[in-house]
Amino acid sequence: MDLKFTRTTCPYCGCGCEMLLETMDGKLVGTLPSKTNPMNQGKLCIKGWNVHEFVQSPNRLTKPLIRKNGELQEASWDEALDFAASRLKEIKDAHGGDSLAFLTSAKCTNEENYLFQKFCRVGFGTNNIDHCARL
Amino acid sequence: MTNSIPEIEDAECIFIIGSNTSVAHPLIASRVYRAQAKGAKLIVADPRKIQMAYTADIHVKQNLGSDVALINGIMNVILSKDLHDKPFIDERTEGFEQLREVLKNYPPEKASEICGVPAEDIIRVAEMYAQAESASILYTMGITQHTHGVDNVKSLANLAMLTGNLGKRSTGVNPLRGQNNVQGACDMGGLPNVFPAYQAVTDEGVRNKFQDAWQAQLSGKVGKTIMEMMHDLEEGSIKGMVVMGENPVGSDPDMNHVRHALSSAEFLLVMDIFLTDTAKLAHVVLPGASFAEKDGTFSNTERNVLRVRKAVEPVGDSRPDWDIICDLSTRFGLPMSYGSPSEIFDEIAKVTPSYGGLSYDRLEKGPIAWPCTTPDHPGTPVLHKDRFTRGKGLFHAIEYRPPEEMSDEEFPLQLTTGRYFPHYHTGTMTRNSPTLHSEMPEGHVEIHPEDASRLGLKNYDMAKVVSRRGEVVTKAIITDLIQPGNIFMSFHFMEANANVLTNPALDPISKIPEYKVCAVRVEKAELAEAAI
Repeated sequence: MDLKFTRTTCPYCGCGCEMLLETMDGKLVGTLPSKTNPMNQGKLCIKGWNVHEFVQSPNRLTKPLIRKNGELQEASWDEALDFAASRLKEIKDAHGGDSLAFLTSAKCTNEENYLFQKFCRVGFGTNNIDHCARL
Repeated sequence: MTNSIPEIEDAECIFIIGSNTSVAHPLIASRVYRAQAKGAKLIVADPRKIQMAYTADIHVKQNLGSDVALINGIMNVILSKDLHDKPFIDERTEGFEQLREVLKNYPPEKASEICGVPAEDIIRVAEMYAQAESASILYTMGITQHTHGVDNVKSLANLAMLTGNLGKRSTGVNPLRGQNNVQGACDMGGLPNVFPAYQAVTDEGVRNKFQDAWQAQLSGKVGKTIMEMMHDLEEGSIKGMVVMGENPVGSDPDMNHVRHALSSAEFLLVMDIFLTDTAKLAHVVLPGASFAEKDGTFSNTERNVLRVRKAVEPVGDSRPDWDIICDLSTRFGLPMSYGSPSEIFDEIAKVTPSYGGLSYDRLEKGPIAWPCTTPDHPGTPVLHKDRFTRGKGLFHAIEYRPPEEMSDEEFPLQLTTGRYFPHYHTGTMTRNSPTLHSEMPEGHVEIHPEDASRLGLKNYDMAKVVSRRGEVVTKAIITDLIQPGNIFMSFHFMEANANVLTNPALDPISKIPEYKVCAVRVEKAELAEAAI
């Protein structure tokens, strides 16, 4: 039995509560509040206490999907990424970078948001990037 | 937020307006309760009787979209009772005379006619807020999601400056941000007008700096906001879209329009952890890793930068979004190779002055609030301590403007929207959590008993809610927590989503849609409709 606790930050609202994710033999089994974080001081809300439940939900996407004959079908990473990259390039070449738009995410990390806007601004020469800050 | 969360519990007065704090930010609500236990006064302004209203010293129920009239009325009383902070106004602000002129139009009786709050309550709120040594304003989307959302925020800033409640402990104007990293997504330049750290894309000096850092030609033209993107997709000038971890079909106003816009894309790429209703429209869907499966940082509502740490391996073949972006970008022809999120963070620190002093090493000891410009800078929990960013704080003289869509004969009721305690946003995470799902497995509409009896609706009857943009059939909950004439729905449930109905009219400056008010009518659903 390998029991581990990993200190991390809650992915729900903007409070920034820290929590300990409890893993047993590589499976996520529970969530405990961090007592040392000055924000939540050993407390969590009902969403935070149950945050581990959605992570290993059977509904999670586990494979890339490509639309073929009108339906989304499983594909390899190579196939999906090559296809996506070539379609983005075709549209950029045919209509210019401003013909593409990018929605980044208030759920993703700073590092991911940074890379995503860099991809948009450098790769396509457009500032058509936004996210649901207003929503 | 201008101030930090722990400071809230030492405020003498807390003014919550347009924030369902115990539902949307439970751990901030607990700070409010603690402040009350220490003797703080609590004022709640909300059209619904939210949980915070039960323990408030005063709860005022303003009409939907009438916040400017309410706040101007409060400020009119503060001036007429000579409760304003004259030294603060003299030393740290400008534009006071213009504000004073406009406020003459809002004596409490006049403000009351517009906002529906009795004049004597406006006077009590003004006295309670202005007489406190330290008063903290907390607000959320109830303030911002209006066609006059910027006016609402500026009015709150006026109120805080008028009483000297800025730049010191336990005061301030504090927007509680609704998503774990909405602060960070903005900080990182996930906006059409700014690079990281709010550096304008139109500023040539700034652009040159980023061109050097990224070794690329960059556009100085401000890009499109979400709502403009949807319009341009439909109209055809935008052909392709890449969506990372967002579900605009569920979260944007006027869902039928959004669905049509996204379906018009020649190419739609969606990266997500679930097959959301947006992903269902995509040509390619890439499976991302969840927060528990990767390293990184989030920036919370008080500007604290916090570590996210990997606890388990990504499910199936899913991969962290940063890794997907690197791979996609490289195949696209723009090589990106970063060994780890920590390496990306070091680049962020180089080009983002407010994050300049931060590193994973420093964050290992605990969160740090930006601005943190150098490795020995301690971080900044309170903004505007001795001066405002622009020098002097500017009062804005603002007149009340009604919401875009008022009720009329055809649509006699007004819909407002929000969250419920066990759920979050479009429900993609919480509805996949069995415990949370069982707390509230389906959506509903809240209707006041007076309206319900006029409509012949009983508790749990199926109701059809219709706006100019669409209709939703859902269960009616008859409750006097809501005011007569208003109804309330959430956007957690795709099958009964308020955003089928909401109005995409925008604030002219912030481009935020008016989610919080639109005109609707309610009918008892026919049996056949109820079965759908």
